[in-house]
Amino acid sequence: MSIDMAQFHQVFFEESFEGLDVMETGLLNLDMGDVDDEEINTIFRAAHYIKGGSGTFGFTSVSDFTHVMETLLDEMRDGRRQVTQTAVDVLLGSVDCLREMLTAISDEQDVDEARVAEHKKTLEIELNGGEVKTDSATETGSEAVVSEAGTITDSSVNSDGEQGWHIAFSPHAHLLKTGNDPVRMFRELSHLGELTATVDFQGVPGFYDLDPEECHLSWDLKIAGDIPEAEIDDIFDWVEEECDLAIQPLSAKSTKAEQSAATQTVDESIQAKTEKTPLQAETAKPVPATENSKPKNDKNKEAAKSGAKGSSSIRVDTGKIDTLINMVGELVITQSMLSLVGEHFELNKLDQLKNGLSQLERHTRELQESVMNIRMLPISFVFSRFPRLVHDLSTKLDKKIELVLVGENTEVDKTVVELLSDPLVHLVRNSLDHGIEMPADRIAAGKPETGTITLEAYHRGGNIVIEVKDDGKGLNKDVLRAKAIEKGLIDEAAILTDKQTYELIFMAGFSTAEKLTDVSGRGVGMDVVRRNIQTLGGNIEIISELGKGSTIAIHLPLTLAILDGQSIAVGDERFIIPLGAIIESVNVNESMINRVAGKGETFRLRDEYIPIVRMHEIFGVKTAQALKLTDGLLVVVEGQGMRCGLFIDDLLGQQQVVIKSLEANYRKVEGVSGATILGDGSVALILDIPGLVRLSNQ
Amino acid sequence: MVEEAENIETELTEEKKLENLVQFLSFTLGDEEYGVDILRVQEIRSWEPVSRIPNVPSYEKGVVNLRGAIVPIVDLRERFGLGHLEYTPLTVVVVLQTQTETGHTRIMGVVVDSVSDVVDIDKKTIQDAPNFGTKVSTEYINGLASVNERMVMLLDVEKLLKLDALGVDDES
Repeated sequence: MSIDMAQFHQVFFEESFEGLDVMETGLLNLDMGDVDDEEINTIFRAAHYIKGGSGTFGFTSVSDFTHVMETLLDEMRDGRRQVTQTAVDVLLGSVDCLREMLTAISDEQDVDEARVAEHKKTLEIELNGGEVKTDSATETGSEAVVSEAGTITDSSVNSDGEQGWHIAFSPHAHLLKTGNDPVRMFRELSHLGELTATVDFQGVPGFYDLDPEECHLSWDLKIAGDIPEAEIDDIFDWVEEECDLAIQPLSAKSTKAEQSAATQTVDESIQAKTEKTPLQAETAKPVPATENSKPKNDKNKEAAKSGAKGSSSIRVDTGKIDTLINMVGELVITQSMLSLVGEHFELNKLDQLKNGLSQLERHTRELQESVMNIRMLPISFVFSRFPRLVHDLSTKLDKKIELVLVGENTEVDKTVVELLSDPLVHLVRNSLDHGIEMPADRIAAGKPETGTITLEAYHRGGNIVIEVKDDGKGLNKDVLRAKAIEKGLIDEAAILTDKQTYELIFMAGFSTAEKLTDVSGRGVGMDVVRRNIQTLGGNIEIISELGKGSTIAIHLPLTLAILDGQSIAVGDERFIIPLGAIIESVNVNESMINRVAGKGETFRLRDEYIPIVRMHEIFGVKTAQALKLTDGLLVVVEGQGMRCGLFIDDLLGQQQVVIKSLEANYRKVEGVSGATILGDGSVALILDIPGLVRLSNQ
Repeated sequence: MVEEAENIETELTEEKKLENLVQFLSFTLGDEEYGVDILRVQEIRSWEPVSRIPNVPSYEKGVVNLRGAIVPIVDLRERFGLGHLEYTPLTVVVVLQTQTETGHTRIMGVVVDSVSDVVDIDKKTIQDAPNFGTKVSTEYINGLASVNERMVMLLDVEKLLKLDALGVDDES
């Protein structure tokens, strides 16, 4: 027992969650008519892994639960049981329940016992029901089974929970001095069965009167399981003189005779498990006896919190690591070659040197790329949860929806993947709820009955673009406008472009849903979605056509650490503009420039008037060479849907830059998103385009 | 025996004195001499060109690359209103560090005319900074001490560095 098993917990949880994903995908792929054995096998293996693992680590509640699932799956696998939609739904529900249990355990929270019991019951009903009536596919048939099996499992659950002993243990103050340690005793007790301990510290005196060598606590212990009284007596044998002890059976009727056969097997498995895992005592602290389950929203909040934490490790394809090792090998060779050249350098070796340097450059770049590559995960990590979501929601909303996933293998930085998931869920839900019409409406509108939602990911430039596309009813501009006026978000006289109208849905407190559903419509969310995307350095845009559907596109940088930049010169200062923000660079002539009310300047670019931001003015660069607009260059940039022309001296070159924080030692500077170190070791500031636009408006 | 006891006594007082000694790095700004707690000094460098930061007070000279970290440089002369002095290769930048409440280290470089000495100052001899009225801000002066008949103003590095982080929460 000297090995600290806790160090393996993280791995177990990660693999379990992966297993759950596998089970979920497998279950969704199951075709009722023609069941693929291999598919069921995969699901079974995943369940088996979780059962085994949780047993080893002493998470008995999880292993018990999985055991029931496993039994069900086992019967399906052997062909003893038909795969029905009901069974699959029950299993899907159990997967969710398991996920909650595991999340709770990994966050060291209490497991929602009531919910677990409820799921376990449905599982057992399915299990027993199947045995009673093998062909219980019809609604009425299965309902009859429910009531029948329900009674059996009810009693089993009860006796399961109540069988055991109740121990009131209040040691005398000098217990510790006799060399007895209650903690050790509890540990032994928990070897016997599942132990719940409630401590009573009413007897503890004030801090100044407290003698650390005295024991003022008393305990109320519940131990579940079929345990002979003698075994419990044995444990308390040594302290009998030093405490007040009362041992009572939990329930008078917990005799074996009254148990149904089904319970017996479950109980036996519990016992088998607990006996195998004396470790439980060390890892799992006695769970406080909280009978009533927590409020639901509380749970949700916790789940959200744990999601934000993000997992700290990453699984990397061995291939990627091999490439990395190869690169390092090459780098070492180049380095030794260069040092050889350098040792006895003569002018005729110049070519060799140049050669080596260019090799060095290539290797460093490749090395950098493959290191970055390690952090990259395919977007399918996020996409994979959507088939389930769409499946559940469309059933709930009575809509027929097909989900199409495109470009699942597009790779994105791990941090981006993690933070992307919530906003995407929100967008897909919106499309499902508001976008796609009811089947009848769709037929009336001359569209196919089944709506389509497409999730597509692809690379464009240095960005990854993720599109949520639906062929639903699209956004109604008039409704949006009316709603915004009603809510006082815009002025009645305001003239908005199409784009600006669509942007309204991103405003806080805006919701067009006729009535609130629990899917969406509360008017929080889209603003949060946009904020989340913006913190990732991306932006979000909407294209919509009334009656034909909408597309919401998210543009994100591939990684948060490196950026493709265009370096520019203003006077003798260098700045970096994120390449993704640049639309084009133009030389202007006098005829293109317009002055607005003697203050702002705009220029016309293909029928669009674009405001000019003079970099040397807003950044106060005194050394700027180009003071007349016609002398310098205008770089047309776009940020948060706003375009402007940055007036600069010159474009220098494109390069990848490593983003460094200005705030670590300094502070946030308006119009600057960070800094980077150029090849010559000097620092260049990275421009924050939306910030610059704001700054120029002040 | 008596002698021995006396010896021990003097040793004890010596030790006590050492306990009270604090080391300061002293430097000059114009005619004035300042000191900072030597434990706050990370390194001393010569002046090198900085990258200017737009729209900040003129005493915040800009940022430099200090082995991969972006470090702000502040001109203490200008900060204290002592006028500007042309930078030469002999101009000195003292790199100071401090711990924020959140536990991470903040680094900042301050430009001074020249670094003079490391001085031992007995804590007991440090006087409180007198109030000069509104003309001179004594906000970052922890106290005064005299070293070889000269007055050294001891600076509070925490305040000095915090001042530049004005309006920034330490979490960032």
